[in-house]
Amino acid sequence: MAKNKRKLLQGNGACVQGAIYAGLRFFAGYPITPSTEIAENCARFLPQVGGRFIQMEDELGSMAAIIGASVTGMKSMTATSGPGYSLMQENIGYAYMTEIPCVVVNVQRGGPSTGLPTKVSQSDTMQARWGTHGDYNAIAVAPSTVADTFTETIRAFNLAERFRTPVTILLDEVIAHMRAIVPIPEEGEYEIVNRVKPTKPPEEYIPYEITENFVSPMPGYGEGYRYHITGLTHNTLGFSTNEPEEIVVKLDKLKNKIDKFQDEIMKLRVNNMDDAEVAFVSYGSVSRAALQAVSLARSVGVKVGTIQLYTIWPFPYDKLREICSRCQKVIVAELNMGQIIHEVRRALPEDIEVLPLQRYDGEILTPTQLLEKLEEVL
Amino acid sequence: MTETNQIDESRSRSKPQSKYDYSKGPLPLEINLEWCKACGLCITLCPKQVFETDRNAKPVQARPENCTQCTICWVHCPDFAITSNYK
Amino acid sequence: MTTVVKQKSDVMLNYLRPKMKFPSVWCPGCGNGIVMGAFIRAINKLGYDRNNMAVVSGIGCTSRMPAYMDFSSLHTTHGRALPYATGVKFARPDMKVAVITGDGDALAIGGNHFIHACRRNIDITAVLINNYIYGMTGGQGSPTTPSGAFSTTTPYGNVEKHFDACNLAIGAGATFVGRATVYHYPQLEKMIMQAMEHKGFSLVEVVSNCHTYFGRLNRRGDASAMLKEFKENAVNITKAKTMTPEELENKYVIGTLYVNDDKTEFCDEYHKLMDVAQKRKK
Repeated sequence: MAKNKRKLLQGNGACVQGAIYAGLRFFAGYPITPSTEIAENCARFLPQVGGRFIQMEDELGSMAAIIGASVTGMKSMTATSGPGYSLMQENIGYAYMTEIPCVVVNVQRGGPSTGLPTKVSQSDTMQARWGTHGDYNAIAVAPSTVADTFTETIRAFNLAERFRTPVTILLDEVIAHMRAIVPIPEEGEYEIVNRVKPTKPPEEYIPYEITENFVSPMPGYGEGYRYHITGLTHNTLGFSTNEPEEIVVKLDKLKNKIDKFQDEIMKLRVNNMDDAEVAFVSYGSVSRAALQAVSLARSVGVKVGTIQLYTIWPFPYDKLREICSRCQKVIVAELNMGQIIHEVRRALPEDIEVLPLQRYDGEILTPTQLLEKLEEVL
Repeated sequence: MTETNQIDESRSRSKPQSKYDYSKGPLPLEINLEWCKACGLCITLCPKQVFETDRNAKPVQARPENCTQCTICWVHCPDFAITSNYK
Repeated sequence: MTTVVKQKSDVMLNYLRPKMKFPSVWCPGCGNGIVMGAFIRAINKLGYDRNNMAVVSGIGCTSRMPAYMDFSSLHTTHGRALPYATGVKFARPDMKVAVITGDGDALAIGGNHFIHACRRNIDITAVLINNYIYGMTGGQGSPTTPSGAFSTTTPYGNVEKHFDACNLAIGAGATFVGRATVYHYPQLEKMIMQAMEHKGFSLVEVVSNCHTYFGRLNRRGDASAMLKEFKENAVNITKAKTMTPEELENKYVIGTLYVNDDKTEFCDEYHKLMDVAQKRKK
């Protein structure tokens, strides 16, 4: 077997390479630190593979354009950071409602507002779940290394296509701007999922049909299926409705298609948890510090482990409860004033103490800080 | 056909205006009264005063012999309720 | 009376969406229906394959239109119809893409997208139905509400100035710009045909009647009265060129205002770029 190619890539570059591997052919974006390199890489590499790049007038337009491209059957993506992510929420909501697959990369920086453009943060975690108005179910993934970014981007595209929903990749400034060697897989090495196309003839096609897995087949525009897509709450035919029964069917569909198939989405990395009395729960760049802290603590005999969340949303309540069942204390380390910690508290029984380790000064959490916290709680 | 209001005779011309002979066939136009919202555009825009209103303010072809199939009523009907039987 | 449509004179009935409820949501006499008829008849005359056509709209009375027409239709968020359409067109340059939008949708919340779509000269036809007011939300002032005119948010008269959508589009780089009214139907239909055939960004501004709000609040009368007013105050562009600005006050200048066939189209240019990029890769 031929040895895999390896490339020195920035986190943002790995995201683009992963996306192209997954089938990305349409990118619309607007420059914003620290995500700009994603747009720059797309502008350079997409036309080489027959893809399209467009720099839109703002993030509202970027999100709109990728949804427009996705309805023609093209895999599409945009990338931004906090302020742009706020602007995109309007049309991300549209994609949830109309069930149009697309990928949104949010390279997190400090906020609120313009905040800290060049500093790291993980403070958009909740926005990725509750950013747009209304009831919906969200999927968000969080890589922790440059190589992870490549594979998690592929996974994000697969989830978007499988579930017909927008998927957010929560990068943070540290990973996005870090450079590392990334193995580039051969074609076919990773599974690529494509959206299900209808098998029925156009005259029998029901755009939002309730299927076994709640995901309706989706033809591209121009494939002979003329149907209506609207952001208004719609019935299975795709036309707006005010009928209470039809509204419930639609909203249940959005919930069930993800809730009932969570196992396909969940991904955690569990390390040293078999006999752990204390656990670190973390995601994104903080996970790197956690791994280092655990290996140092283990070398002096402290029974500590880590749980890294690759899938942030839907949140793995059950799995976390199962893994932490023998723990006495859980430390949630994150670069914000406390977001995921609330979910961890909801997941775990009351006899497990959940403790925060938070940093929000724009700097990273170091292994030393994690060890200090560990000493404090032991 | 729906009941008509009284026709204003003074508006009606003595001679038929149209090259079409409607005496043997159906009326010049077909009006979908379910779609008609009684906006009155066809009645006021018709250059030959073909229409009068019924008691629901919807159009009635009171002077079909005047209809020249000029298209004005059906292209201006916002509810696609008028079609021609002859064109 | 049955709702089953008899196919005799009007081809447009073939283009109405099956399974959709008719009549439409619009008020009796609303110009939107007239524009929809013109749009469909224009597409029919052009003989486009309707499987290869997308109609995109934003939010507002006007933007409900694509739901009634049997094309691939995308009813999007307020003001964003043009960027959505840009996505569709750029991903599938072979498709015909039209945007149906209103004055509030295109010029207020979507103003930025509007000028940038013009600037890119992407091959999209925007049909902007201008009724001088926000209809769906109940008669609020819009960017085209004339100074002094009444609306529910300008109860003492509008103190702001209004946009001229056509001049805005010409200034921003659109390559086909025309204005028609719902009264001047043949011109409207022909103009939509020309705009759809034009390669590049084309705008057809249609002066339309919202007698329910604009007409009532400004004592313009019902639908018929407003259409008559369009007839009386419309001036063709050739005649308008001979008139003074004072004479043109409160007139609607109609006709094809601007055509530029020399400017390159965005998708075409990008295809050339793709060739360059692929050669460089090798």
